[in-house]
Amino acid sequence: MLVIDNLTAEIDGKTILKGLTLTVNAGEVHAIMGPNGAGKSTLSYVLAGRAGYEVTGGSVTFRGEDLLAKAPHERAAAGLFLGLQYPVEIPGVSNLLFLRTALNAQRTLRGELEASGAEFMKLAKAAAEKLGLPFDMMKRAVNQGFSGGEKKRNEMVQMHVLQPFLAVLDETDSGLDIDALRVVSDGINSMRGPDRATLLITHYQRLLDYVVPDHIHVLMDGRIVHSGGAELAHKLEAEGYSAIAA
Amino acid sequence: MSALPTRKNEAWRYSDLAAVARHWPVAVEPVVVPAGETHSDIIRASEEGIRHLAISIGAGGAYRLTILDSGRAYGRIALDVTLHDGADFQMGAILIGKGAQTIELVSTVRHVGPNATSRQIVRAVAGGTATTSYLGQVAVAREGQKTDASQSFKAILLNRGATANAKPELEIFADDVKCAHGAAIGEIDNNALFYMTSRGVPPAQARALLTRAFLSDALEGLDEATTETLEAEITALLETAA
Repeated sequence: MLVIDNLTAEIDGKTILKGLTLTVNAGEVHAIMGPNGAGKSTLSYVLAGRAGYEVTGGSVTFRGEDLLAKAPHERAAAGLFLGLQYPVEIPGVSNLLFLRTALNAQRTLRGELEASGAEFMKLAKAAAEKLGLPFDMMKRAVNQGFSGGEKKRNEMVQMHVLQPFLAVLDETDSGLDIDALRVVSDGINSMRGPDRATLLITHYQRLLDYVVPDHIHVLMDGRIVHSGGAELAHKLEAEGYSAIAA
Repeated sequence: MSALPTRKNEAWRYSDLAAVARHWPVAVEPVVVPAGETHSDIIRASEEGIRHLAISIGAGGAYRLTILDSGRAYGRIALDVTLHDGADFQMGAILIGKGAQTIELVSTVRHVGPNATSRQIVRAVAGGTATTSYLGQVAVAREGQKTDASQSFKAILLNRGATANAKPELEIFADDVKCAHGAAIGEIDNNALFYMTSRGVPPAQARALLTRAFLSDALEGLDEATTETLEAEITALLETAA
C-alpha cells in the first residue's frame, strides 16, 4: 500500500524528516507516536503534498505509483486521505457543496462517472448519521462555528464519503471527549478492510485503546527509532519516549 | 463635470485616463425612487465606458442596487445617491478585474434628511495586472440626525501584478449618527486552498469556489433565484480571471 524509503524533507530550509522508512500493507493499521517536534505532522503534510514542505531525498510509493510526483488533488484521487489536526474553516462554502465537489473531482480524475445529486445525498446522509453529525450541519459553511469535536467528526464524514484506500489521521483524537472519541474510533474501525489501511498519528495511547493498531512506531527527531506491536503504546505511556528510544 | 478629469483629482487618481477621454463627457442618468416606494435594480456592466447615476430616494423609500462589474478594458460606475427622511439604500457590488482591466466604482451617499439608512458591500477580485478600485464617500448633512450608514470593501488579489484600491471617506455634520466602514485587501487563504486540494478538488476549481464564496457577501439579502443566477454568472466570469 505505502512504502516510504529513507525520506528526508525540510521546511524553510530546516530538515525535519531525516531518513524515515516505513511500510504499511493493505489491511493494516499503523500508529506513529512521538514527542512534539519529532516530525509527525510534517510526515502527514509531506504525504499529502502541502506546499512549503520540500522533499530532499528518498521515495514514497503508494499503490505501486510514485506518490511524490503527484499534485495534492491527484493523491486524493489515487486514494489518499489526510485527516487534519486542525480542520480548516471555509466561509461561504457549504459542507455539502465542498464534499460533492471533492467526490466528483476525484471520480472525474479516475475516469469514473460523477455521483448524481441523489446518490451523493444518500452517501452524505449515511456518513453523517454514522458519525453522529446532525445533517443540518452539513448544510452550513465548512467547519464554521463547529466545535473541536464536530470538526473531527466532519473529517470522518468526509473520509466515509470519499472512501480512501489509505487514511492518514493526524491527531484525530485531540479535542475529543470520551463519547466523541468512541464515535470517531468506530468510524475509523468501520473503514478497516483487506483493501484499506490506516496510519494514525497520535500523542496518546487513548485512541489506540479503541482503534487497536497492528504496528506502533516511535518517531523521534525525524526517524522511526523503534517499532513494536499494540502493547508498545502502554509501555510508552508508562516509561516515556526517551526510555524506549535509548 | 465637463472638463476632462486629471490625475490630480482624487476621484480619478486610479483611472485609465486615456480611456476616460474616449468616453468624455458623461451623461448623467437619473434614477428616482418616489417617497414610500421600494425599487431594485441589477446593473451588469460589461461594456467599456463610464456610467454616472444620480439616484434620489424619497422619504421612506427604499432602493436595492446590485452591481456585477466586469469584462472590459475600462469601466467606471459613479453613483451619486441622495437619501431623504427615513430612506434606505442597499448596495451590493462585485468587481471582477482580469487581464489589464481597470474597474472602478465610485459612490457618494448623501444623507440629507434624518433617519435614513445606507449599507454598501463591495467585493472585488483582481487577476493579471488588473486594477479594481472603490472610492466611497458618505456625506451626512446637518439635518441627517439618526443616520445609520455602513460600507465594507474587501478585495482578493489573484496575482502579484494585480491592484486593489480602497478609499473610504466620511464627511459628517450631524452629531447623532452611526457610520461604519471597513476595508481589507488580501489573497486567497492558502490553508483553505490546501484543504480543498487535499480532498481532491483541482487547484483552479478550488480557487474559483473560494473566490465565489468571497464575492457572494455582496449578494446577501437577494432572493434565492436571483442569487443562483448571479452566482452562475460569477462562476463563468471567474473561470477566466486567474
